Amino acid sequence: MDVLYTKEHEWIRIEGSAGVVGITGYAVGQLGDITFVELPSVGKVVKQFDVLCSIESVKAASDIYAPLGGTVVAVNQSLDSRPEIINESAEEKGWLVKIEISDPSGTGRLMERQEYDEYVKGLE
Amino acid sequence: MELIFEKSVAGRLGVALPDSDVPGSDFLPGNLLRTDPPPLPEVGEPELVRHFTNLSQRNFSVDTNFYPLGSCTMKYNPKVLEEVAALFSGCHPMTALLPGGHIFAQGSLELIYCLGRMLCEITGMDEVAAQPLAGAHGELTGIMIIHAFHKARGNRKHIVIVPDSSHGTNPASAAMMGYEIVTIPTAPYGDMDMNLFRKAMNGEVAAVMMTCPNTLGLFNPHVGEICAIAHEHGALAYYDGANLNAIMGKARPGDMGFDVIHLNLHKTFATPHGGGGPGSGPVGVKKELIPFLPVPRVVKIDDGAYALEQENPLSIGRISGFFGNFAVLARACAYIVLLGREGLVRVSEQAVLNANYLQEKLKKYYDLPYDISCMHECVFSAARQLKQGVHALDIAKFLIDKGFHPPTVYFPLIVKEAMMIEPTETESKANLDAFIAAMIEAAELAEKNPQALMQAPVTMPVKRLDEVKAAREINVCHLLAQGTGHKARD
Repeated sequence: MDVLYTKEHEWIRIEGSAGVVGITGYAVGQLGDITFVELPSVGKVVKQFDVLCSIESVKAASDIYAPLGGTVVAVNQSLDSRPEIINESAEEKGWLVKIEISDPSGTGRLMERQEYDEYVKGLE
Repeated sequence: MELIFEKSVAGRLGVALPDSDVPGSDFLPGNLLRTDPPPLPEVGEPELVRHFTNLSQRNFSVDTNFYPLGSCTMKYNPKVLEEVAALFSGCHPMTALLPGGHIFAQGSLELIYCLGRMLCEITGMDEVAAQPLAGAHGELTGIMIIHAFHKARGNRKHIVIVPDSSHGTNPASAAMMGYEIVTIPTAPYGDMDMNLFRKAMNGEVAAVMMTCPNTLGLFNPHVGEICAIAHEHGALAYYDGANLNAIMGKARPGDMGFDVIHLNLHKTFATPHGGGGPGSGPVGVKKELIPFLPVPRVVKIDDGAYALEQENPLSIGRISGFFGNFAVLARACAYIVLLGREGLVRVSEQAVLNANYLQEKLKKYYDLPYDISCMHECVFSAARQLKQGVHALDIAKFLIDKGFHPPTVYFPLIVKEAMMIEPTETESKANLDAFIAAMIEAAELAEKNPQALMQAPVTMPVKRLDEVKAAREINVCHLLAQGTGHKARD
């Protein structure tokens, strides 16, 4: 299973021609307790690094960017009533959306885990 | 403290209203009529007065405490300005709009006109529209003017550039007009990275939005160059005037090269601010943009009287009812006249001096991410305190115990654990020293007893609030228990 990361702290788990998107544990640590997730509608078309949705925490409202271009095919509905799932399990149960990837070549602009971890270390 | 509903006793009255002589039931469809009276609290007048007086005494405000909320210029408002605003309360806002009505509203129209001239003088712009009702409304108006300007020239530009230190309303206003936002990161010198900005500029950029001084409280030395580069590419330069309190009489956005600006009268020109307004966000423009200003515009006609220009083919149209928040305009006008040129210069000098005094005194105790002379506000980071598990929020809560309103925390977003302090010009050295002592005490406590900070506030009627629960489970309704006496009476 292939998981890639953005500099804006999103992750995308590639599953065939689709990708599941969420935010990293580091991002959650920065945001603090998440209070609201504004999910996109299914069918929304995004280019790579376009705004995909937004997340509100006690500290700030933040845009979440699409790691790859594509069409939203599913959203994590359980976040509507329980946004704290992201705090509890950012990189698994707290996934945000699933997209059908339109341009897989965009993966060249994303990072592998090790590279991302080093990038985060540089931010500390 | 009990809610007013909990003090309610069935049948108790604070006032005796006469019976209604309007037969409402004759005009309204039966299904819309209540069968029972609304369950309003029933209390006597003394209980009512005591309830709200006690509530107001628990309020933290600039009238009760030092209020250093950064990015917002929460300055003290001279009470005499309330008297000035009240002088105009007899003039109905429709008066000037009636045919020939302007004759009966000359004082009010002259005030709007003269305030516009003074704001032009202060900012170096050519014309001001006073209607926008708040800063963000002014921004939207300004962006609409920019859009109309490009449209009239047949320009097809779809990008607006903002630095990442900008107020969130900047990109939001531009996005509302349909523009694509390009954000430029901050360079180590504390402002928009010039190399990245040059790279991002092209013929598709409609405008560059700048706040100067920016939200780090720093004056951008490249601001003239930024405007010039924008102009080279046919873009307009927009100035967010939220931080004008730092530069009045010293520098003018019009001279720096900005084409469109907005001001926040409720920040810089001393009108009540916070707790929901009302605000006022006049927009200023350079000459070539005057035709696009919103209508109606107050103009001086041949006989020296003031009248309204109601129509203009290029205007973006009406953006608010009547003439904006007129009472705020009246207060701002009086404030400017009372202080005069020298007074306004001293306001800015004192505001900047106070902020630098705080910055110098506190930088030993807190991290200062951009260690440069600041303007009207300084931004610290609680990163050092975080190592003991203490967040900016804990320090903010501790300050409440010490009798100070907390500074802005967690903004600007580009500073980790940000604490943004804007003392404003009105505070004495004694007040500043007391605040500095409390901040130093917080820093020392973070080292010795971080748990104590995490408990704060302990002296307030309400202790540490569960902000997460409050945000996730919003509940602002009081549920009345059944059968509490709120029954219909005959």
